[in-house]
Amino acid sequence: MIIGGISRISGPVVLSEGMRGSRMYDIVKVGEQKLNGEIIRLDGDQAVIQVYEDTSGLQVGEKVTNTGLPLSVELGPGLLSSIYDGIQRPLPLLAEKSGSFISRGVTLPGLSHETKWEFKPQVKKGDHVSGGDVIGTVTEYHLEHRIMIPPFVSATVEDIFSGNFTIDEPVCTLDNSVQIPMLQTWPVRKGRPYQRKMDPDTLLVTGQRVFDTLFPVTKGGTAMIPGGFGTGKTVAEQTLAKWSDTQIVVYIGCGERGNEMTDVLTEFPELLDPRTKRPLIQRTILIANTSNMPVAAREASIYTGITLAEYYRDMGYDVALMADSTSRWGEALREVSGRLEEMPGEEGYPAYLATRLAAFYERAGRVVCLGSDERKGSVTVVGAVSPPGGDFSEPITQNTLRIAGTFWALDTNLAYRRHFPSVNWIKSYSLYLDQIKEWFATSGFSDWKDLRARAMYLLQKEVELQEIVQLVGPDALPESEKAILEITRMIREDFLQQSAYHEVDSFCSLEKQYWMLRVILSFYDRLDLAMGKGVPLAKLLKLPVKTEIGRMKELTDIDKIKDLITQFDGAIGKLEAER
Amino acid sequence: MNRVPLFTKEARAISYVSGPLIFIQNVKGVSYGEIVRIILPTGEERTGQVLDISKDIAVTQVYEGTSGIDNKDTRVRFTGEPPKVKVSIEMLGRIFNGVGKPRDGGPEIIEEANLDINGMPINPSARDKPADFIQTGMSTIDGLNTLVRGQKLPIFSGAGLPANKLAAQIARQAKVLGEEEKFAVIFVAMGITYKEASFFMRDFEKTGALERVVFFMNLADDPTIERIATPRCALTAAEFLAYEHDLHVLVILTDMINYCEALREISTAREEVPGRRGYPGYMYTDLASIYERAGRVKGKKGSITQIPILTMPDDDITHPVPDLTGYITEGQIVLSRDLFRRGADPPVDTLPCLSRLMNLGIGPGKTREDHRNVADQLYASYAYGRDLRRLVAIVGEEALTDLDKRYLKFADEFERQFITQGDENRSIERTLEIGWQLFTLLPEEELKRIKREFIQKYHPASKKG
Repeated sequence: MIIGGISRISGPVVLSEGMRGSRMYDIVKVGEQKLNGEIIRLDGDQAVIQVYEDTSGLQVGEKVTNTGLPLSVELGPGLLSSIYDGIQRPLPLLAEKSGSFISRGVTLPGLSHETKWEFKPQVKKGDHVSGGDVIGTVTEYHLEHRIMIPPFVSATVEDIFSGNFTIDEPVCTLDNSVQIPMLQTWPVRKGRPYQRKMDPDTLLVTGQRVFDTLFPVTKGGTAMIPGGFGTGKTVAEQTLAKWSDTQIVVYIGCGERGNEMTDVLTEFPELLDPRTKRPLIQRTILIANTSNMPVAAREASIYTGITLAEYYRDMGYDVALMADSTSRWGEALREVSGRLEEMPGEEGYPAYLATRLAAFYERAGRVVCLGSDERKGSVTVVGAVSPPGGDFSEPITQNTLRIAGTFWALDTNLAYRRHFPSVNWIKSYSLYLDQIKEWFATSGFSDWKDLRARAMYLLQKEVELQEIVQLVGPDALPESEKAILEITRMIREDFLQQSAYHEVDSFCSLEKQYWMLRVILSFYDRLDLAMGKGVPLAKLLKLPVKTEIGRMKELTDIDKIKDLITQFDGAIGKLEAER
Repeated sequence: MNRVPLFTKEARAISYVSGPLIFIQNVKGVSYGEIVRIILPTGEERTGQVLDISKDIAVTQVYEGTSGIDNKDTRVRFTGEPPKVKVSIEMLGRIFNGVGKPRDGGPEIIEEANLDINGMPINPSARDKPADFIQTGMSTIDGLNTLVRGQKLPIFSGAGLPANKLAAQIARQAKVLGEEEKFAVIFVAMGITYKEASFFMRDFEKTGALERVVFFMNLADDPTIERIATPRCALTAAEFLAYEHDLHVLVILTDMINYCEALREISTAREEVPGRRGYPGYMYTDLASIYERAGRVKGKKGSITQIPILTMPDDDITHPVPDLTGYITEGQIVLSRDLFRRGADPPVDTLPCLSRLMNLGIGPGKTREDHRNVADQLYASYAYGRDLRRLVAIVGEEALTDLDKRYLKFADEFERQFITQGDENRSIERTLEIGWQLFTLLPEEELKRIKREFIQKYHPASKKG
């Protein structure tokens, strides 16, 4: 074991001498209080350490002990519904141990080592197993938690047990005398292996109209949500965490508000997953490293989060990972880099910012997992970005843009007028449209892409028309263009706006989304037809059925929405007949 | 931090002085963040804090400034302790300086505890959800951007705008409905003038609240560096009063821009890589360590609510200080010069305002069932009306449709009746009633954000019919 001594302290960065032989990213215990730290640079005899806890009170000369292990997380049953800090310390246990305020030098295991889980074997003696093969299952809430052979192991089962075990007790013995417990540990900075990546071709259904219908993200895809403060990034992230159709959700509160995490913690046990009807918390893992908690642990938190996500992916599940906010992660990187006196790149961020960001987002994906049964799993990453001053030209936004597949640009002006989600439909895009066209077709919405294209065309047209209106006033427009403005207003208000807090509207099924858009666009077609027959637009817009369309969101019965088409058809028909 | 120093280390070892920093040579056993006493040749004693230590140099920032410090005779003594502040329930009604020493000429307080001013982060899982509606009596806040206990809601102001008047009015009127609970106000002055500070003092005096208020004053002519410690001392006292004495504490911090400037000064003196506009890259984290000390903790009766005031340089909301503040706090109240000129009092520009915790404090049983809907509708209609104003400036009012003219009128009346209220203390019912009155200016089918049942129940037209 390598033991050195502190030679310099500057904020979260500590220099230690006598560390020769240490490896990069080894975990060290710093000082008498044994604060957790990680080696981030080696220089001759010296090691530079980022400390995950507050360094006040440390002295030059105090002992630094290298554990020889990289920063790792514990993987096994018991992860679901947990809340951890950035280095997988369970926060409720930490509160029990050290009170309502986080004190230093406390080390706690990520999983309970006492709880017994009922292990049901799936292989028998003599079976050949290798890395990723499922040897048995444990029921974690409603989820079948698959116990896998760790990667890079290959042997024949000598003995397999069934019954109740703690995560440390072996459940399987291999012929090379390796014993397999349910617990695995994995270094967070290294992606977990898989067989191969696949093209993402399945929609991640989020129940949000502007996301699913206009700017979809796939399972295994990546999306970014940049926006100034108050544009609803966090609400959007939380909404996605609530309603995404994945089996597992990992939510990382990275350098954000404490009260927001409380919100999730109190709300998720009460809300039910619309598909399984189970409390949402039972499929969720929370990582909370709030803005006033140490910055180095903030830097580690997104790696901790994605490693947990990959573990469930390896079992063959779909996982959605929300990171709120990656800008705070970038700032943590910048702070540590500044203390290291590295040459700064753009806006003081280190030059390797882009590489690190890309490496993180590339851990997303839909893969064929290790193991002989060719399971498929996915990790979808949705990262919030908080650009200073809402200016998208800053380094984190720009570097993320290059790697994210879907771009949901939040707009301050929309937020000011309480248009939520404040996704700007002109700036946003999705690169997955072609890949999931097929999926929509097999799900029964074969003309989704056409509907979407028409809606986008009208919205674009609106922008052009608005410019004219700004110059000459709305009266100067011909009737047909006035109709477009009316329809786009309906698209914006009656379709795109969606309240995250409304009891019915907070989740909108894909079928309902489809029909809502279809009703609005059919209404436009019908208006167009009637106007061609000489019915004045003003008269058409006074139809009571228009108000009904405005209230579609509140309906739960899809037949009633479909019925609107017949209703306005009849009403407009009458107006035509009157002429 | 529990180490007891067996001896005090004292040395004549200052090698280098720059701005607020001194570099002390040849010291052993100095701990990071500890407090240093600096004894000038004149006998004057100052306080400093260790910012960076390596084998032979300890970089120390001097709170009271470095003028008069020399590198020959000035002695330094290491205390081995982090910066601490003495706290007690007796602090109520007293005035302290920026580092917690009495400045009202009164005696030292008898301490109940001597606490590290940096505090410790609240464990997120030990936080309690803020849920109690605070009625501030201001329509723009209660109706549209509701404040709840444990929230941090800053006021973004501009030079010359009446932010102080608004803050004082909130402090005066704020109450939780249906409760008579113990409260305290902690007023933290950072770099403001004596005139501004005495405005608050007089206001508290007038309402007889003075004995419930603790003042921490670091005025414009006090040492800049002390400002770094001021909000931390005040919040340590707030935590003590809230969690040990079960008080509901309202902390008013003014002006955060002065605090950030002090931060920048130190950062520059340390020759750190500057971030935007010269502010240090860690300003977000630093500000968070102040703002995040608001909240409620499970199992404790008291709470800490913060109203920081900050003056946006050149009314620019994208300036780093308001920008980072907005990313940490749970919303913001924004004052507008435009509205101020139009005579709105308070000149709260509702569009960029926000309260993120609003939904936790409103609704049936707390305010009223229609509150959310009314707020959404007021917002949407006012925003549309404001857009039309721009259009009117170009094409004239005649070019508008009848409906648009009604929206234009709505926006004017909204500013005149809803935003403007002067010294009136409005109940939440009154606020909502004004909202409904304004809706009569619009056709009923335009009220898309409001549930039909609420329209039937509360709309003045349906009430009569």
